[in-house]
Amino acid sequence: MDKEQQYELALDCLLLAGQMMMESGAETYRVEDTMLRMARSQNIEDAQSYVTPTGIILSLGKRQVTKITSITTRITDLHKIAKVNNVSRKLSVQMITLEEAYDELRLIQKTNYFLPVHIQALAASIASSCFMVLFNGYWSDMPAAFVAGGIGFMVMLVIQEMTRVKFFSEFLAASVVGLLASLAVHFNLGTEMDKIIVGAVMPLVPGLLITNAVRDLMAGHFTAGIAKGAEAFLTAFAIGSGIAVIVAF
Amino acid sequence: MDMELVIQLIFSFIFTACFGVIFNAPTKAIPYCGFVGAIGWIIYYVLIQFNVTEVQASFIGAFVVAIVAQIFARRFKMPMIIFNVSGIIPLVPGGIAYNTMRNIVELDYNMGIQNGMRAFMISGAIAMGLVFAEVIIQLMMRMFKTGRTSMQSFARAKRRQKQG
Repeated sequence: MDKEQQYELALDCLLLAGQMMMESGAETYRVEDTMLRMARSQNIEDAQSYVTPTGIILSLGKRQVTKITSITTRITDLHKIAKVNNVSRKLSVQMITLEEAYDELRLIQKTNYFLPVHIQALAASIASSCFMVLFNGYWSDMPAAFVAGGIGFMVMLVIQEMTRVKFFSEFLAASVVGLLASLAVHFNLGTEMDKIIVGAVMPLVPGLLITNAVRDLMAGHFTAGIAKGAEAFLTAFAIGSGIAVIVAF
Repeated sequence: MDMELVIQLIFSFIFTACFGVIFNAPTKAIPYCGFVGAIGWIIYYVLIQFNVTEVQASFIGAFVVAIVAQIFARRFKMPMIIFNVSGIIPLVPGGIAYNTMRNIVELDYNMGIQNGMRAFMISGAIAMGLVFAEVIIQLMMRMFKTGRTSMQSFARAKRRQKQG
């Protein structure tokens, strides 16, 4: 393989790694750090990258044309981040070659590391009911939160799969949660409607996004911080209005 | 009081571990995610009992979360974000963020702004705690491992020289 091809492969490999990390919810500065570290391991010292939550621009100096990749979906998938990180670590200490790294990354991209949906929904249910204990709710509200949290999470996943519009799926999931909570209170299966709703929407709310946004701002990534903040605001707005539609009636 | 602490500890562990599942942490890391979250929450909870404000308590909680996460990250050779993300979940103001939006869509702007500021301050404090802990640990690591890292950098420079 001649130098030209080598650099082209390096460019593709780095961009793929960065794209997957960004799509899985890694912090912006870590994505940049990972890509530049991989570049340095290939003796490319003057690589430059510009990472935002919606796209990555990567240049390897004068060797290659600059490439852009766009990022359309952003979810939290920690397993994928760990896998990509592992590949970059191995590449940095020269345990694997660039071709092997690229093949591994392609494999990671194709694999779905998520646990089955029913286990995720069960986790969401349990988390929702645990919230009652942590935030001074009544123990008797736990079953209502359990049901509402699980069903709300399921609704979000299913609608997200069908429409690919995040705002809509979150809005609908929040409405379902609000409906279930008000029904539970109506039929005396729960006491505090507010606590049940807050517990059940916990798996949906963007608490993590807000914190990550502030963190990116502190690290000097203002574009990423503002963009993530906007996403968090939109999600919170979707959830708030979804609930309000139900509560208003 | 003691019984209450144990209950809080157990439930925050379960709570955080469940979020580890939702965020799809690697399976063997999930119990440790729960552990990190439980420690952070207990510190926050105790501080609140001693009348520390929620912003300061969040800062200290996040600080401890980041330190424990850093230890686990080094031990398991996984990126720190895996333990961080689930660990801070009990602290993040999701409920307040929700209340803010609900106030605003119900046209109660005063309460909305008030809750919004609270959510902003708390998430800022959490982010500050995380960043501070990370920076301090990096500084300490550099101090402890000065000899080793300079050796490594020397070896790397030599290797590069050979290749170039």
